[in-house]
Order: sequence, then C-alpha cells, then structure tokens
Amino acid sequence: MYRIVESREIAPAVKLIRILAPEIARKAQPGQFVILRVDAMGERIPLTLADWNITEGTITLVFLEVGVSTRKLGELKEGDAILDLLGPLGNPTDVRNYGTVCIVGGGVGIAAAYPIARALKRARNKVISIIGARTAKLLIFEEEMRRCSDEVHISTDDGTKGYKGFVSDVLRKLLQEGYGFDMVYAVGPAVMMRAVAEVTRPYNIKTIASLNPIMVDGMGMCGACRVTVGGKTMFACVNGPEFDAHKVDFTELIRRQMAFIQEERMALELWEANKRGDE
Amino acid sequence: MNKWNRFKAVPIPKQPPQVRIYNFNEVALGYSEEQALMEAERCLQCANPQCVLGCPVEIDIPTFIRLIKEGKFREAIVKIKEKNNLPAICGRVCPQEDQCQKYCVLSKRGDPVQIGRLERFLADWEREHNVEIPEKKPSTGKCVAVVGSGPAGLTVAGDLAKLGHEVVIFEALHEPGGVLMYGIPEFRLPKSIVQAEIEYIKRLGVTIKTNILVGRLYTVQELLSDEGFDAVFIGTGAGPPIFMGIPGENLCGIYSANEFLIRVNLMRSYLFPRWDTPIKVGDRVAVIGAGNVAMDASRCALRLGAKEVHIVYRRSRTEMPARKEEIENAEEEGIIFDFLTLPVAYHGDESGWVKKMECIRMQLTEPDETGRRRPVPIEGSNFMMDIDTVIVAIGRRPNPLIQQTTPGLRVAEDGTIIVDENMQTSIKGVYAGGDIVTGEATVISAMGAGKKAAKSIHKYLMGNK
Ligand SMILES: Cc1cc2nc3c(=O)[nH]c(=O)nc-3n(C[C@H](O)[C@H](O)[C@H](O)COP(=O)(O)OP(=O)(O)OC[C@H]3O[C@@H](n4cnc5c(N)ncnc54)[C@H](O)[C@@H]3O)c2cc1C
Ligand code: SF4
Ligand code: FES
Repeated sequence: MYRIVESREIAPAVKLIRILAPEIARKAQPGQFVILRVDAMGERIPLTLADWNITEGTITLVFLEVGVSTRKLGELKEGDAILDLLGPLGNPTDVRNYGTVCIVGGGVGIAAAYPIARALKRARNKVISIIGARTAKLLIFEEEMRRCSDEVHISTDDGTKGYKGFVSDVLRKLLQEGYGFDMVYAVGPAVMMRAVAEVTRPYNIKTIASLNPIMVDGMGMCGACRVTVGGKTMFACVNGPEFDAHKVDFTELIRRQMAFIQEERMALELWEANKRGDE
Repeated sequence: MNKWNRFKAVPIPKQPPQVRIYNFNEVALGYSEEQALMEAERCLQCANPQCVLGCPVEIDIPTFIRLIKEGKFREAIVKIKEKNNLPAICGRVCPQEDQCQKYCVLSKRGDPVQIGRLERFLADWEREHNVEIPEKKPSTGKCVAVVGSGPAGLTVAGDLAKLGHEVVIFEALHEPGGVLMYGIPEFRLPKSIVQAEIEYIKRLGVTIKTNILVGRLYTVQELLSDEGFDAVFIGTGAGPPIFMGIPGENLCGIYSANEFLIRVNLMRSYLFPRWDTPIKVGDRVAVIGAGNVAMDASRCALRLGAKEVHIVYRRSRTEMPARKEEIENAEEEGIIFDFLTLPVAYHGDESGWVKKMECIRMQLTEPDETGRRRPVPIEGSNFMMDIDTVIVAIGRRPNPLIQQTTPGLRVAEDGTIIVDENMQTSIKGVYAGGDIVTGEATVISAMGAGKKAAKSIHKYLMGNK
C-alpha cells in the first residue's frame, strides 16, 4: 500500500495528489512516469511525474478525473492509500544545454512539463514556456512554471486568460516575431502536440513530444502503447515516452487512444449510477 | 464407470464444450480418488523406469504412483515435492506427452500412464487436506535476490529458502506468478491455484515484493552493493511481443497475444465492468500463430463472445507447436483452423478499426536438409477475410531491461542471457534461468533451470563463508 499524504483539487476536475514512495522519489528523473492501481479490481493507469521530493519521500501526480479509475483515485483523501505503484518508468528527458528552449504544456500536461522546464532551467537553458487550457479556471501550475521560466506565455481557448486560442498559435506567433528556439518540448493532448509539431516543422526546430497512449503493463510486455514513429513501430513505455514529434503518426495515436471509449463511457455511467444508489 | 484396462487411460472429466465456452471455469475437472486409483493401478512399476528420464526435474514417478496405489496420498505428494515445488501447476500445464509420458513403456502398446493427471490429483488433494511445510535448514545468514516471480524465480526461491537462505523475490507486476498469472487463462490454470502455490513458497520463508522493476528502481549491481544481497538470480522471462511488421498492424482491434491475455487474465477483463480494465472482442476474430499462446488467446476470445474464431497458421496441422490436448480442446470448442494461410495486410475503416485481413495462401516445400518443410507463398493467391479483431501470437522476445542496465552481463544476439553449466552469468554471483536464458520454452524447463541454479547458488554462498 502506498499512502496519500496530500490530495487537493487544483482546478475543476483536476486533482493533485502526493504519495509516499521514497524509493521512487529517490530514482525519479524528469520525463518519467509511474503506473498505479487504486484497488484490487483497478486498472493500471500511467501518470507522468509532476514532481518528487527526496527528503519527504513523496511523488506528486496531477490528473484529470475523466473515467472510473481517475474518479476513484480523485476520491481518495489524505491518509488513504493506493494498492499498487510501479516506477519510475520510461526514459528520462535528455536534459542538457540546448540554448533557448520552448516548453509547451497543454491542460494537465502543464504539470508534466514542470519538472522538465525546471531541469532544463537548471541546465542553464533559457526557458520560454507556453501554457494553455480550455479556460482560465483550468489553467494549472502557472506559479510553478513562472519559477523556472524566463518567460511564460498563456493562452486559453475561450480567451478568459492570456491569448485567445491554442498554445500552438502562441508558438507560431513567437516564431513569427523572431524568437529562435533550439528545442521545443510539447506535452499535453495529442491534438495539441500534433499542432505544435506542424508549427515547428517548417522551421526545422528539434521538437520532442511526450506521448500518452493507452498502456497496460508499462514495461514493454504488451504493445498496447505502440506508436508509429518515422514509419517504425515503437513501444512508448520503454522506447519513449518522448519521441521526435516530427516523425510521430499522431492521427494513429489519437485513434488508438479512443479504442475503448465506449467501454469507458459505459463503465463511468454504471459507476455513477451505483454511487447515486449508495447515497 | 469405465472398465479397467491396462492399455487405456482413465479419461479425465471435463466441462462439455457447449457449456464451457460460456464460462472461464476450469475445463478439465480432475480425477476423483477412485479414478486416480484406477489410473495408478495401470503403472507397471518398472525396475528401470523410462518415464523418469523424460522428467526435467527427475521426479521419482513410479514411487509416487505406488504410494497412490497404496492410498498413501500424503506420502505421495511429499515424494513429488522433493523435486517439484509447484505440482498443481505442472500437473495442469506441462507437456507430459513430450516428457515423462512419452517414455512410459505402456505407450508402446496403448496409452501411457497419465502421470500429469495423477500429479494434479495429488496436489489438489493436498490443498484440500492441509499443506505441510517441510522443515527448513537453520539460517545461513545469506541473502539472495530473485528477479521475476515466474516458475523459474519461484523455484529458485523455494529451494534456497529450504536450504536456510533468506530470499527476496522482486516482481515488476502487481501480482506474482509470471506467465502463470498473466498469460495462461483461468480455464486452464485457475488463478486461485497459482496463488495457493505461491502461498506455499511464501510459507517456506520467501518474501515477495511486487511493483518493483529491477533495472529501474535498483540495478542488479545495486542489489549486490547497496541492498546487501550475496547473490542474484535473474528469471525475467519473455516479454516484448513480436509483430509481423505488415501494413495496418497498428489499427485498433489488433492486439498482441500478450496484451490480450494480460487484459483477460491479470486484469480480469472478462469481469469488466466489475473489474475496471476493458477489453473489446468483435464477432469475427483471427488469431495469428498456432502455439499454446494462440490456443489460449483463441479460446479466451470465444468465451468473451466472439461468434467465429479462426486460428490462422502459415504451416499445416502437423507443424502446429501447441500441445495436442490444447488443440483438441480448441477444436471441440469450435475454433476454426485456417492452415497454410499468411496475413499480408490489414485494412481498416475511417475511424481506424480493423475490418479486413488480406491473406495469401501458402504451400509447403519439399523437406530441406534440416528435414523441415518451409512454407512459401502461392503467387497471386491473395484473398480477403472479414474480421474485426486480430490477436497476433507469433512469439515474444526476452525482456531486455536487465541486459541493458547491467554492464558486464554477457548477452546472446537474440537478447537471451548467456550462462555457464552452473547457470551462472558472466558476472560472479549473478545467475539466470528460464525463458530469459532459453527463449520461450516451458514451465517445467524454467523450473528445472531454477532447481539447477539453486544448487549452484547454494554452493557459491557456502563456499563463500
Ligand atoms: C499464454 C501462454 C501459455 C503458455 N502455456 C504453457 C503450457 O501450457 N505449458 C508450458 O509448459 N509452458 C507454457 N507457456 C510457457 C511458460 O509459461 C514459460 O516458459 C514460463 O512461464 C517461463 O518461466 P520464467 O520463470 O522464465 O518467466 P515468466 O513466467 O515469464 O516470469 C518472468 C517474470 O519476471 C517479471 N519481470 C520481468 N522483468 C522484470 C524486471 N526487470 N524486474 C522485476 N520483474 C521482472 C515478469 O513480470 C514476470 O512476472 C505458456 C506461455 C504463455 C505466454
Ligand atoms: S514408465 Fe510408465 S509404467 Fe513404467 S514406471 Fe513410469 S509411469 Fe509406470
Ligand atoms: S504498455 Fe505494455 S508495452 Fe508499453
């Protein structure tokens, strides 16, 4: 059992939890993720590390409550525990001095972007961050990103904060204004990462995307997470999760992410109905 | 009741096919005491028993069968457990037809003694009549780390614990058991039985730590230097599924057998939505390959509601690598076998779901120098099959993480770990065995490797005092 030492809502339906896992905290590196299971009947869910603290022995996860599994996880309070936690998984980000880097985070992806921005800042890069959400209320981790960025640009789809539009629009604008980036890092919804890749492609800027396909074991044994990169099949959990965004087949990724959408909806309806019954 | 006949095996009761395709309960129901006695009676008690030569762990087969005849079930199971820590599992999944039973003298004139079924009978009898824990040797003060909790790891761990060593198994998944837990389906090997066998290993004093991926959380070197272990055994088995690399293979609805079976067995998707992990099986399923894994996957698909399940195999019936018994079970259940057929591409709909499988017909060549008949495509014989689910079961590679994170570990070209005759790797104090050394093999060969490694590790530790 892995104890939860903090749980709070940081935006509507967006939860932050901190879990006691000293060994994982000790080994964690930017760009890595964990797989957890809430209870004995639970799914294995992959979540990117949003932070970790070696002294306290904790890891921080941020997630959107979308399906049964994340709803169950979101219901847990401080002092509760989850049954299983495996990590750190995946290859760490290649942190070095690139020069000027642009970190693009969308939605809960901003939390995943944070440790990467921080590490790149520590590696003496100039860090320009672009973070965005559907609406101002859903914008998370702004403070954290400000702490490790030289500039933070914000966008919301509805214009309630910052630029009205997508993070990829802001990126395009910056490039047109003459910003020069030696590396662009994108993490967020697949459609967003695809848009970012399309913006940087004509500029030939090295662009990394942290992919989030469906996973089961997360250790290379099932191939549920396979993605096509440069025409080759890769297992995102062990070959990634980061890949050259210009080579990723995002259309396939988006389709594969939806593979169980009907089942997920059905399960959620059932779960909600059961909950109503309980009350 | 059947009449007793020296040359005819006592049949094992099974769930009838038309019933069992609607449930995940065990297919073979096991011998009753009476049936076990009848079957044991057939054994000739050979002075020079051939069966034992076919057993990878050298169980004293005639003696345990004699003990059954005498009604001494407790003594009989103790006899087996001298050599085999996991008899309830072996009795169910070992390919006895290629091992002990193949060499049984009776097979020259009729059915061999059903050694596997008798082994299973005893193990099940013991589980119902209280499992005895053998005496342990006094503690040696030595610690061994075992990586992976499949049959190889469980065997090493059990044997070393009995010898008085402290043993910790590190397993990456959330449940121990390896393939026994995540691969082989409930209807062939009930998970409660695997759990009971694991419980026995724990009662021998072994600690099992799940959710620990060695190579990431600790490296093998760190286990030796920082975590205080005196020796390490690597039993990480096979993992990454092989795909064919043909167009359309990443369409939705195409699973590797490993994904499909992990969902069904480890994650209990057949109980979705009571359990949270979903699975989707369409009406027409194609399973590519014809080994045990393919049989398991096809029979799971049937039980999950598929109307038609095809085994698609590029060679012919005689070359199928699966156990005969499992092929028969699959046929009884209505699995369709498409021989000499090779998929060449998949075609999907607008939303990226597989809808059609393009195949080509094959023919077998004359046997080559090695005596094997190679399948070659028949030019222009392409045709389409309507399908909405595909399960690719053409093999798996060794799990690579330990090899990648252990400098100095000698690895063969195919990714398996190289060991000497004592199961020691190129690093002193680090041993390996099971599928990670042999490539995909069997439960019993993994156990045999575990036995051998335990002996070597014991010697190494005691010489090291
Ligand atoms: C579907 C299926 C059906 C089969 N049917 C039969 C059958 O009927 N009869 C038969 O004899 N054989 C059968 N086999 C083959 C048999 O199961 C294997 O040969 C046997 O399980 C190998 O045992 P093992 O201990 O080497 O590895 P495994 O059983 O594969 O166990 C390895 C374990 O190590 C863990 N692991 C891997 N990497 C790490 C790491 N870095 N850190 C920690 N843990 C790790 C894995 O999670 C796994 O639990 C079947 C295999 C499959 C897949
Ligand atoms: S070879 Fe057959 S008959 Fe002879 S001892 Fe072994 S099981 Fe019995
Ligand atoms: S999640 Fe199973 S191989 Fe990546």
